[in-house]
Parts: sequence; C-alpha cells; structure tokens
Amino acid sequence: MIEIAVQTADFDLSTLHDKLCEHNTQDGAVVHFLGRVRDLNEQHTVHSLTLEHYPGMTEKYLLDIAQTAKQKWDVGRVVIIHRVGALAVSDNIVFVGVTSPHRQDAFCSCAWIMDKLKSTAPFWKCEARPHGAEWLRPV
Amino acid sequence: MLTIKFFGHITTLLGCRELSLEASDFPSVGALRQHLAQKDAQWAFAFNDQTLLMAVNHTFCDEQQSLTAGDEVAFFPPVTGG
Repeated sequence: MIEIAVQTADFDLSTLHDKLCEHNTQDGAVVHFLGRVRDLNEQHTVHSLTLEHYPGMTEKYLLDIAQTAKQKWDVGRVVIIHRVGALAVSDNIVFVGVTSPHRQDAFCSCAWIMDKLKSTAPFWKCEARPHGAEWLRPV
Repeated sequence: MLTIKFFGHITTLLGCRELSLEASDFPSVGALRQHLAQKDAQWAFAFNDQTLLMAVNHTFCDEQQSLTAGDEVAFFPPVTGG
C-alpha cells in the first residue's frame, strides 16, 4: 500500500499511524519521520514559511520515490504527506511513514525516502525573516 | 502552443508564473531557454543560471529534450522541500 498526499491542511499523526498498522499483521517495524518548521535557519530568525510546489509533477515524483523504496527494501506500507502554502513556526511540514517485517529495512527506507524527497520532489520554501522574504537554496 | 511554467525564486525575478508560446518556433528546451534569456536583464539572469532545472510534461529533462505542440515545460531552481 502506498499513500501520497500534497495538501494545505495539517495531518493527524494517530490517523496516519492507523493507516500504516490497521489490518497489517505481517510488519513488525513501523518508522515515522516528521518534519516541522523551525524558528532559526542559516542563523536567521524565521517568522513563518511558505511552501510552493509544482502540482502534478510533485505527486508523480513522490509516488515514484515510494515505489522505488518498495523495490529497494522489504517494505509493506508507505505513507508520504507533504504540506504546502503558509505555515507557522512549529507547524508540521512533512510526514513519512513506512512499515516492514524488520527494523533495518524500515529505518533505511524511511531515511532514503526523505533524502530523495529533499533532492528531487519539486517543492520550494520561502522563509519570512526579519528583513523580508527569502527563497531557500539547497544545503 | 507550449505552456511554460516557472516556480520558486525565479518567479520573483521574472514577475511571471506562466506563459504560452508557439511550439513550432522551439525545437528543443535549449532553444526555448535561449529565447527566454533574451527578453531582458532579469530574464537573462534567471535563464543563464547553470543550476536552473527543467521539466517537460512533469519529467526532469535536459536542454536536448525535443518539444512538440501541447507540451508543458517548466523551469525552476533546485528543490528545497522536506
């Protein structure tokens, strides 16, 4: 099972955990990653964040990332939720959840999905800083 | 026609998010990019940036990618999601 969503609305961790675990008796390992808006980036205060994306292409690449992860590791379920639009400090940005029979595959696939998402999925962050808006560049 | 979309910080430079151009004038993404870079200094700055990424019909591509009528072309900076 793969579930992908790009949305402005916040997500509920308990609901997402249930999607990964409900009627899933073969996977003993569940790993979640949650990315949140922080108040300091590159030594600048961050007041808020706006996330832009490329509708259509974003979903295509998130699905491709999830499918590739399932080919590379023994992974049962993958859920990727990424928020877009205006976000405040401490708001949730991204959730990645994976299940596997074994912890190593769950840890490795979750980390790989996040790395791949950050390098290929077409999202762009613009931070509101004390001296104005600043588009981020990849680190 | 080609639909051309822009994302990220280049939309601020260009003052534009989308435009349409006649497909027959541009055999490749490289030819389209060269044309866009000639509009003015801001557009030249945006399109001469070697880190600029390109996609056709939602798939990453390079400048050699050929174009046909109805294609959707996108230009954008390196991604920063997550």
